Amino acid sequence: MVREVRYVLRRMTAGVFLVLSAFLASAVEMVEALTIVLASGVARGWRSSLTGMGAAVLALAVIVAGLGPALTVIPINALRLVVGGLLLTFGLQWLRKAILRASGFKALHDEDEIFSRELAEAKTAAPLLRGGLDWYGFTLSFKGVLLEGLEVAFIVLTFGSTQGSIPLAAAGAAAALVLVAGVGIAVRAPLARVPENTLKFAVGVMLTTFGIFWSTEGAGGNWPGSDAALFGVLAFVIALSALSVAVLRRRKRDQLVAAGARA
Amino acid sequence: MKYVVSFGRFCWDFVVGDDWIAAALVIAAIGGTAALAHGGIAVWWAMPLAVAAVLYVSLRRAIAA
Repeated sequence: MVREVRYVLRRMTAGVFLVLSAFLASAVEMVEALTIVLASGVARGWRSSLTGMGAAVLALAVIVAGLGPALTVIPINALRLVVGGLLLTFGLQWLRKAILRASGFKALHDEDEIFSRELAEAKTAAPLLRGGLDWYGFTLSFKGVLLEGLEVAFIVLTFGSTQGSIPLAAAGAAAALVLVAGVGIAVRAPLARVPENTLKFAVGVMLTTFGIFWSTEGAGGNWPGSDAALFGVLAFVIALSALSVAVLRRRKRDQLVAAGARA
Repeated sequence: MKYVVSFGRFCWDFVVGDDWIAAALVIAAIGGTAALAHGGIAVWWAMPLAVAAVLYVSLRRAIAA
């Protein structure tokens, strides 16, 4: 009985982690995609922009529907090894950039600035009408949603297949889509108030945590406490990130002081 | 051919990004962990340590660039 309760608790822990990670990662990417769709809609017309967005969502659905079942056929340990490795390389990119942003070595992500830049570029491009659509607006919206959406599809497929529940990961992504699209329609402006840099940090931590966990299992290792070890790995990655930010902030401050003394 | 090259570049940027050394170190760490595991050693500690080392190297390279 106790063993069964422990098993259920472990599965629930992994499930909550899965949904939360898919939700956070999807929300960040969707905020970025929304900025591009809004810039395209304002500058080139909503019909072209929304058609481009719809075509990209359709293409993403085809990719997920095609690759999802194929991934479930791969033996679980091989899948965890490959997915763990991919998530680690991918997650460490996010984490490195988040640490550099938090410590002042890289500019913060600013949706208002990105919106203004995209808008200015879209306004200056020559009109290109085909089939009643402005193709610049269509392509801008399509590429933006497809490229940002591919990251979401990658995370949903890898997280879901490795944890044995693509629908659970897809539910996290769908919740993010509903939230971001709903708020986007309501405010009709870039979601600059979303703490995007903090969210990116959280996603980097989650991706790296899952990457460490699955690559170890895929390589033939066993975690003490099984799925519950995810909490330990998460705490380790958070501590490592916080230490890195603290050390780099001090280094940045020293650089600024030295530059001030020279001036 | 142009599309194949573009797709390959996209995949590279997507997974490896701007620090290929970090990606190579991750692959080497996974290989080392697998070798230790097949030797019968408990390896749960190996990847966290390897990630700490990779992050240190990657941040140093980013700041120096």
